[in-house]
Amino acid sequence: MNEASRPLPRPTPDTQRYWEGCKRHELWLPFCLRCEHFFFYPRVFCPRCFSWEIEWRQSSGRGTLYTYAIQYRPQGPGFQPPYVTAIVQLEEGPRMMTNLIDIEPDPEKIRCDMPVEIVFQDMSDEITLPMARPAGSAK
Amino acid sequence: MSLKNKVALVGVDESDQIGICEGKTALMLHAEAARNALRDAGLDKSDVDGLFTAGPSVMQLAEYLGIKPSYMDSTSVGGSSFVIEVEHAAAAIEAGLCSVALITHGEMGYSARRGMASRGGGPGRFFDPEMPMMQFEMPYGVGGPPSVYSMACMRHMHEYGTKHEQLAEIAVATRKWAQLNPKAFMRDPLTIDDVLSSRWIAYPFHLLDCCLVTDAGGACVVVGAERARSLKKKPVWVLGSGEATTHGSMLNNPDLTQTPARYSGKRAFEMAGLTHKDIDVVEVYDSFTYTALVTIEELGFCKKGEGGPFLSNQRTAPGGDFPMNTNGGGLSYTHPGMYGMFLIIEAVRQVRGECGERQVPNAKTALVNGTGGSLSSTGTLILGVD
Repeated sequence: MNEASRPLPRPTPDTQRYWEGCKRHELWLPFCLRCEHFFFYPRVFCPRCFSWEIEWRQSSGRGTLYTYAIQYRPQGPGFQPPYVTAIVQLEEGPRMMTNLIDIEPDPEKIRCDMPVEIVFQDMSDEITLPMARPAGSAK
Repeated sequence: MSLKNKVALVGVDESDQIGICEGKTALMLHAEAARNALRDAGLDKSDVDGLFTAGPSVMQLAEYLGIKPSYMDSTSVGGSSFVIEVEHAAAAIEAGLCSVALITHGEMGYSARRGMASRGGGPGRFFDPEMPMMQFEMPYGVGGPPSVYSMACMRHMHEYGTKHEQLAEIAVATRKWAQLNPKAFMRDPLTIDDVLSSRWIAYPFHLLDCCLVTDAGGACVVVGAERARSLKKKPVWVLGSGEATTHGSMLNNPDLTQTPARYSGKRAFEMAGLTHKDIDVVEVYDSFTYTALVTIEELGFCKKGEGGPFLSNQRTAPGGDFPMNTNGGGLSYTHPGMYGMFLIIEAVRQVRGECGERQVPNAKTALVNGTGGSLSSTGTLILGVD
């Protein structure tokens, strides 16, 4: 992939702490202190109980592959098909969109519910993106 | 209070051409479809006091058409918008806020892709960099509908064992209907093998699991019961309706194997007081083969997860016992980007008995289900004739 030119997020006041965490190669998630659950994507309130009592907690970065697709048409600049888009089920509860990396884009090799772990790729001075790879596939 | 039998669809039609509309704009398609649907109803533009659309703002459309409505609605929730707007029109008419509701659509999907026209509104996607979808999905190369519906389909295949061949059955059956519809864009014979050997767009979707991208306009006219009985054609009553949304982007779909049709469908059946066995013909959104499959499950026509076997063996094709998408669908007839209006047009024609070669014998009731966004919004209508 041409990592430099893919569309990058513009952090907003409600998501800044998430992106700051990514920059440190840490996954931080908002947690609602009233109904006691993690949620994603970040907001300044809990989308379930509408409480504004939120704190940030670090995720283990462990999860499973909820679903995926192999993209054969680039959905923007900076993507070289085929590439794998994935929704990861984090063990804390929320799901996040990401790319599945360090695996061939081959349905024989990729299975829903396989264990994955979050790793980080620095995309620019400002933005680091969390990615998923098969658990235990450390290089 | 229920909207059952309070309003009827009294006029429907497409724009003068659909498919490739060279030399047209999206607004011209709105206007052509409006004229044609009003003509079908036996009404004049001067009768219209309620205006509904998705794509452009309704105020832009009102100005363009030269209408000063007392009720306006530009609900823009993707391809389901027009189906949902029928329910909104029913509520507005029942409340006395308007009496003749005109709903129009026009979109230059085919031409816009080739730089020959602008699309005309459409299901406005992701271009605000502060929006959650732009921050949390697009950086991963997630964008157009194939890139996200494919992920929903994959989870369904994983949980329920749904097969590529079962999806292909839908594409093939739908093409058979298109072969009976002179207005359909794709009318060549199609086999399961053709579908399975077409190139990958976004695994698990082959090219032929995906809908067309055409130019097309459509419109429908809704009036109250008394007015409907005074018009020339058989009124097509709104027996039941429902709308729902459960999420915006696919990531936030609470369960990727579901759609909001489970809610909108339930409301529509409850209002109509009908059961699935009472429905003669089904027109459901088929942006992808999978969209139709999951919608049939979510509407409760079969058990959850059994859509694959339920729709197999060409059961939905002409002559089958579950006639579905009888115009040839978004897969083979037309799909300009938002498809919901064309579901309504075909359902009305079927229960009126106007469908010629593709007419489902003795069709008296039809179910319409529009889907918008990333399986995000649905509108369900149950329609019937006296």
